[in-house]
Amino acid sequence: MAGITLNDIRKSYGQVHVIKGVDITVEDGEFVVFVGPSGCGKSTLLRMIAGLEDITSGTLTIGDRTVNDLPPKDRGVAMVFQSYAIFPHMTVRENVAFGLTIAGASKEEKEAKVAEAARILQMEHLLDRRPSQLSGGQRQRVAIGRAIVRKPAVFLFDEPLSNLDAALRMDMRMEIGKLHKTLGATMIYVTHDQVEAMTLADKIVVLKDGMVQQIGAPMDLYHNPANAFVAGFIGSPSMNFLDVDVKAVNGNRITVANPSLDPVEITARHGSYTAGGKARLGIRPQYLTPETDRRSGQLHGKVALTERLGAETVVEVTLATGKSVIAALTRDAVYPLGSEISLSFNPTEVHLFSE
Amino acid sequence: MAAISADNHGLRLWTRYAVLVLIAIIFVFPLVFMVMSSLKPDQQLLSDTASLRAFLPVGDISFHNYTAAFERAPVGLFVMNSVIVTGITVLFSLLICSAAAFAFVFLNWKGRDLVLTLILATLIVPFETYAIPLLLIASKLPWIGFDGLTWGWLNSYRVQIIPFIADGLTIFLFVQYFKDLPGELIEAARVEGASWYQVYAKIVMPLAGPVLATAAILKFLVMYNQYLWPLMVVQEEGYRPVMVGLQYFFQLNVAWGEVMAYLSLITLPVLAFYLYLQKAFIASIASTGVKG
Repeated sequence: MAGITLNDIRKSYGQVHVIKGVDITVEDGEFVVFVGPSGCGKSTLLRMIAGLEDITSGTLTIGDRTVNDLPPKDRGVAMVFQSYAIFPHMTVRENVAFGLTIAGASKEEKEAKVAEAARILQMEHLLDRRPSQLSGGQRQRVAIGRAIVRKPAVFLFDEPLSNLDAALRMDMRMEIGKLHKTLGATMIYVTHDQVEAMTLADKIVVLKDGMVQQIGAPMDLYHNPANAFVAGFIGSPSMNFLDVDVKAVNGNRITVANPSLDPVEITARHGSYTAGGKARLGIRPQYLTPETDRRSGQLHGKVALTERLGAETVVEVTLATGKSVIAALTRDAVYPLGSEISLSFNPTEVHLFSE
Repeated sequence: MAAISADNHGLRLWTRYAVLVLIAIIFVFPLVFMVMSSLKPDQQLLSDTASLRAFLPVGDISFHNYTAAFERAPVGLFVMNSVIVTGITVLFSLLICSAAAFAFVFLNWKGRDLVLTLILATLIVPFETYAIPLLLIASKLPWIGFDGLTWGWLNSYRVQIIPFIADGLTIFLFVQYFKDLPGELIEAARVEGASWYQVYAKIVMPLAGPVLATAAILKFLVMYNQYLWPLMVVQEEGYRPVMVGLQYFFQLNVAWGEVMAYLSLITLPVLAFYLYLQKAFIASIASTGVKG
């Protein structure tokens, strides 16, 4: 088992800087998820940890060793790829045992370890099949089997569930979570799916344009996002952002308003504001509630779209400013299109971001 | 409506097969002509060429030309020489060219693209342009064998083998095929602890079946049909390959029947080899878009 430290890690392809100085500490046994939009550098970062990409500058430590210049095989890591990357000319058994074969393990040792991995992943019946005879989910199991059989110090997952359908993705997600608890190994998991990030991670690293935006526990990121990007990226549906005018500043208590928003006092967690300036107000769709009395809500608009999902109803409301907000309202409810609606929120549950 | 569509489909199928059969006939007839002519005496052979009889086993049919061909030239020796030269060249070519292509596709090294460009550039240089310099070099090269150190490679198998082991086309075929292999397979093997040699031997080569077949067939054809080079470097009968052996039949009076018998004999190994690898060959051509 081993922790990982990334110290001012940078990666450039010529003049193009992909990773721009990343500092991350992964504790031993921790499950860390790298999230971010496409092109944010999360996969590159993972590949640098695996040794598949050179590190332009900075220090990468796994356990107590600096591994910048070590080849992948000497880093004690195992990796699961998005495309599964299982060897098509080998049986499942040979695939799972590949790392052991390379390491020169005895036949008995290989058989015992493959059997154990197969038992953990419930794929004993697949061992003699070829990859072409397996479904996507089964292939991903084989890839995970190949990773766990060597008992590496660190597991790296590069969007392992992206190619699976929604139902299977949820099953595999739960299995990976269980696997982490069973093995207790350090795991780094790359995804662009924030649900995977929220459900699996001990710690989430949000990346954008090759830079870390915030590192923290899932609920910490959800409730205390460091900036508007993190706030918008974490949570589904995404946070609503309203451009507001700063009316008054009293310490960190800021009064904001706009033509669709009645003046409201918010406690700002960060940023600096001046009266007469602009700011962005972030409200999670789940924290909006409909008001029966039109005068009692803070946001007023018309229903533009309704999605009834049973457990909740997602309503798109067009405000007087022309801007739309999404409200995820509890339970099933009917909101006729074009009807006027008034929404309220608790000022302590919203976020203010300086421009 | 459905009936009309089915009729159209049937017509299209018939037309397609008619065209395919026509093309097949065009390609097969020379072979049929060769085999039929090899069974006929010279006089009948020549007179038959004016009619379709040339393609039919009619008239005075016998295997006389075959026995005569064996009497005129050591056919068995020539075939054996060609099989040795071709077999060894194909084997080493597959090994060396695939290893070179592996280095071009998967390893990062300075000057890689330039070297590959230079190798591919050799594809447009005709053999005839460097045959003489190659002959001069080959005639002066050292060799350590059972007789100790000797100079000059002429009159040997090695002079027919070594210059042809590595070539641009074979390397190009492997490079194209390797580029299409999923990179994550290679990376997965690397992360699992495989050395570059193990990646080559355990991952890349087992997946290279189609391109191995293609490269083997193309190399086989080139080597088996070698004429100019062995003519230049081999004077001793003991090392002569089949194509040079053809000279034995073009003396003052050309015995066409014997020529056809000899050609039929030496074509058999080629056909057998092709048929053996045909499936993989077609799969590879279809997948890489490289024409043979």
